[in-house]
Amino acid sequence: MNKILVSGKVEGIVLKSNDPINFLGTVDKKTGIISDKKHPLFGKAIKDIILVFPSGVGSSVGAYTIYSIKSNNAAPLAMICKKADLTVATGCALANIPLITISDEEFLSIKNGIKMSLDTDSSTLSVHQ
Amino acid sequence: MELTRDEESALKGEQGETMQMAYRILVATGEATDAEKLIPIEWAHLSGVNYNTIGDAGEELLSSVSKDARVTVKTTLNPMGFDIDNVSNYKLDENFISKQLSIKNSYETMGVIPSFSCIPYEIFDIPKNGTQVAFAESNAAIHANSYDNLKTNKESAFSALASAIVGKSPYSSLRKEDTPNITIRMKVKNPNELTYGMLGFYAGKLGDTSVNISGLGEMDQRQSKAMCGGMGTSGTCAKFIFGEGDSNTEKIDFDEKEMQNVHDELNTAEKGDLITLGSPQLGLDEISDLTAKLKGRSFQKRCMVFLPRTVKEQAQKIGYITELERAGCEILADCCTCLTPLISKDDVDAVTTNSIKGAFYLKNSNGVDVNLKSLKQIVEDETR
Repeated sequence: MNKILVSGKVEGIVLKSNDPINFLGTVDKKTGIISDKKHPLFGKAIKDIILVFPSGVGSSVGAYTIYSIKSNNAAPLAMICKKADLTVATGCALANIPLITISDEEFLSIKNGIKMSLDTDSSTLSVHQ
Repeated sequence: MELTRDEESALKGEQGETMQMAYRILVATGEATDAEKLIPIEWAHLSGVNYNTIGDAGEELLSSVSKDARVTVKTTLNPMGFDIDNVSNYKLDENFISKQLSIKNSYETMGVIPSFSCIPYEIFDIPKNGTQVAFAESNAAIHANSYDNLKTNKESAFSALASAIVGKSPYSSLRKEDTPNITIRMKVKNPNELTYGMLGFYAGKLGDTSVNISGLGEMDQRQSKAMCGGMGTSGTCAKFIFGEGDSNTEKIDFDEKEMQNVHDELNTAEKGDLITLGSPQLGLDEISDLTAKLKGRSFQKRCMVFLPRTVKEQAQKIGYITELERAGCEILADCCTCLTPLISKDDVDAVTTNSIKGAFYLKNSNGVDVNLKSLKQIVEDETR
């Protein structure tokens, strides 16, 4: 774990994208389903999972989208990125979604579909066997 | 990032949910930008006002936050979507108007000064040199850093709002020190405000947080604003430092060829169906100058003039507004060309403007073509 941007404690299944996510226009704010056909996670729901992706991209208005997704109960349990961008950082802060950054090696080691737990108080991110 | 005991307590929620959210935003922003601590600010300027940009999510957030959030420092506000005095002349639906008024109401409830202006540096007194502020409007942040001796990062709508509530900002980047690694050398002869807008746009693409800039002659307020507006549009850069910089900086020329490239990127039409003036909004000097230029002349097509309400009121007293209306101008307070809902591609193909910032958003957000011309040229070509 590199940085803790928004703290919290969660446990859940990983949904991983190797491509960045532009929350404005890529994610349906009502359902939390990735609606951009060009995105590798197209059709997948980000609700109640641990969303792992390199970083956010695009307009800062995307932060409002993250807040909306949370208000619609369709938000991820937590987000884990390689790089902290201000849109995702402020969006998660608004919506109170735990957000951390990790190293390239840690990012590589996280596989889609595994179960993980995150606790920012003790700075632990671990895989359930 | 180091927090004081009091800040830790607020982040934990011991000072209420609103404070907790505000601190969460400042800490997340601070961690993302490698800030070491929070420092006091004296003035926040908020973006995230126009319903056209923040939409239902923004309106709902503000409505909820304003129930108990109050700003603790002087806080001013960006333009909204329309001028309530003449909104009925434009095709805006009831939903837009009521959502926009709800946003206005939320900010007023929080204690924000309803200035609805993107040029706070021109209509409010500037604090003493070196004062830390939190400006979310890009042209205003750049103007504050470059011309007004204030210190701000290019804040987001959220970090500026959190700063307004808490009265602090993360101490990082341009708030500390700045040594640009690029120097842009102005090489274009006889520049007008359009040239400076393109120069700013070019600089914004190359610079990271700041650039040195050299070769500038005497500039008027219109030209300085154009340069700040241009820079704010194209990147993350938020400060001009005037001078050559030291020998380690990379020197890049802004010449006729580079200017032509920017022009070709933003100019997509030979002529416009209507004209817009103001992005950034026009100040009193510019209104005075425009009135003089239009003496005895009239526009042959629609010309929308955007300005802050305080400037409109001053201009009214002096008689400028009557004169501009006589010349065919539509006077619009509280809103701006940038991200305006008042121009729709359903009934407009192309807009003529002297604003690089306006051009960028008209093209990318409104989806209309743009014809770029200096004000002098606009008056020559479009009035009789």
